[in-house]
Amino acid sequence: MSLEKNGYPDIDEIKNSPGYPGDSRLARGNCIVIECIQEIPCNPCEVACKFGAIKVGQPITNLPVFDGELCTGCGNCIADCPGQAIFLVNKAYAPGKALVAFPYEFYPLPEKDEIVAVVNRSGKDIGRGKVVKVINPKKNDHTPVIYLEVPLELADEARSMKDLSGKKDEQERE
Amino acid sequence: MRVINHPILGKDERKKKVTIYVDDKPISAIQGEPILASLLAQGIRVNRITKKMKEPRGLYCGIGRCTDCVMIVNGIPNVRTCVTFVEEGMRIETQEGLGQWKNKK
Amino acid sequence: MEKQKIVKTDIAIIGTGPAGLAAAIESAKTGADVILIDENAQPGGQLFKQIHKFFGSKEHYAKIRGIDIGQKLCNEAKDLGVHLMLNTVAFAIYDDKIIAGMTSNGTILIKTKCIILALGANENTLAFKGWTKPGVIGAGAAQTMINLYRVLPGKRFLMVGSGNVGLIVSYQILQAGAKVLAVIEAMPKVGGYGVHAAKISRAGIPIFTSHTVLEAKGEKEVSSAVICELDENFTPIRGKEKEIKVDVICLAVGLTPQTDLARMAGCRFEYINELGGFVPWHDENMETTIPGIYVAGDTAGVEEASTAIDEGRISGIAAASSLTLINKRKAEEKILHIWERLNSLRIGSFGQNRQDAKKVLMKARKNPCL
Repeated sequence: MSLEKNGYPDIDEIKNSPGYPGDSRLARGNCIVIECIQEIPCNPCEVACKFGAIKVGQPITNLPVFDGELCTGCGNCIADCPGQAIFLVNKAYAPGKALVAFPYEFYPLPEKDEIVAVVNRSGKDIGRGKVVKVINPKKNDHTPVIYLEVPLELADEARSMKDLSGKKDEQERE
Repeated sequence: MRVINHPILGKDERKKKVTIYVDDKPISAIQGEPILASLLAQGIRVNRITKKMKEPRGLYCGIGRCTDCVMIVNGIPNVRTCVTFVEEGMRIETQEGLGQWKNKK
Repeated sequence: MEKQKIVKTDIAIIGTGPAGLAAAIESAKTGADVILIDENAQPGGQLFKQIHKFFGSKEHYAKIRGIDIGQKLCNEAKDLGVHLMLNTVAFAIYDDKIIAGMTSNGTILIKTKCIILALGANENTLAFKGWTKPGVIGAGAAQTMINLYRVLPGKRFLMVGSGNVGLIVSYQILQAGAKVLAVIEAMPKVGGYGVHAAKISRAGIPIFTSHTVLEAKGEKEVSSAVICELDENFTPIRGKEKEIKVDVICLAVGLTPQTDLARMAGCRFEYINELGGFVPWHDENMETTIPGIYVAGDTAGVEEASTAIDEGRISGIAAASSLTLINKRKAEEKILHIWERLNSLRIGSFGQNRQDAKKVLMKARKNPCL
């Protein structure tokens, strides 16, 4: 299992889990993907979804079962997952482009229209993306969610970003 | 190095500063922090030199259990700098070996 | 001659981490007079360093950050009138349940009816060439400095150990603005939760399983580390050494229950590997072999904050019940409900081991080897 050996799951481990909505639902656009494939006691995702699309049940170590047909892509679950394992993938965003949203708890936060590096599950730089929006409402409790426009072919791999602005140097001081 | 902007803890808004003296050098510290934090903020990582082999020691456990961070504070040796808070005018010295009492209490 | 100050109370709790605070809350709810003792200047134990969101269910404070859970528990304990004795090192437990504490004003004696030991755990260490150089620190030390005091002990870290502590602290080091060059793990697979590993992988930290650290190099302080791949017998493979430029080597190699006071009080112990080593025997009420002395949290077996809170609650209710401050049947019902909640945490590939280990511990005869 890639997750246990390398520390990151490979795409097959994700696609074979009940948190994956299926290729056809994803192709239709604006849908969540849950990348939670280990039985750990945890269920805030179930509580977060107002549309009942995520089921964990009892015992709470059950893997979340995701019904893509009920998902509206509202993204409320993204910040609530303590494992930061939930993403939004919209493959119908624009011609040749997908919209991917992910939690991002680092400084600095990027700004709208900023160009950033797109990284995959192993942290590898796989291309460039444009920040569409960054939301950080109080209810997210310090877990901002970044909406990134990426080339469509990267939609299944794009899961985070790397700052290119150099603003990072403001984080510390002697 | 101090963390000025933190994604969870927010911006460092602590204003109250004190001056402490480390091996006679004045250093700005923040009230409410332990001596060790003030030193680390300045990049000072050696707190004492061992008796036999004359080797440097510094932060290890950070919670007052291991004694690797002890220094002479206001003349008193073997003070755990990770759990002792800074005070205005405090005098701190790198401890050689087991240290010596410089003032009689 | 100095006059010894003696304070009397119903329930004295040593340790104000999650277990101690939860025990204090449950005892105080029954009307017991409760004293909470801690050697530190602030309560909360390790909770105020846990800036990440917790797992579990709503009852376990899931998706709430450890720092906020700590604040909640502290406020609740204060509102219930618990007496907080900070900067007090409990250095002895004498006969007749007398606790001796050292304060800056001298010794204080606490005469109590019940004692709850919530002492937590100590970080394990790993010795290798150069490990005494400034720059080699415990992962807990890194967490204390960056999350409590907002200072970085270095800029380029190597994390040794991929259990939850190693993975979570690596993430927090990134949040503080420093770099983690690698997480290394001696076992052939990642020790902690996959989601924690995935988070740091996305952030660009490589995790090298079957690796160990051989040397900390540097003239006075750490300036590089030599790591090496291990074979299936955990032997470093010659020729597979790699030197990486780091100024901090963080050791996240496990925790061992802190149990000095339990030993001094005469509690009997069991050796349970999955719980971190020697653990004081306890029953379903968290009571040890000494009537009236209870244990809770990592002292009773290394787990996590969520289980510490629940064990603390059980010990608080049981102690109050033993003093007939709460109806016995009501206490039993409450404790049973908490056990159900505890067991819901102790399942799955990570938790089941610990549930089994706790069962083995509690089943052991009352007069074990030590």
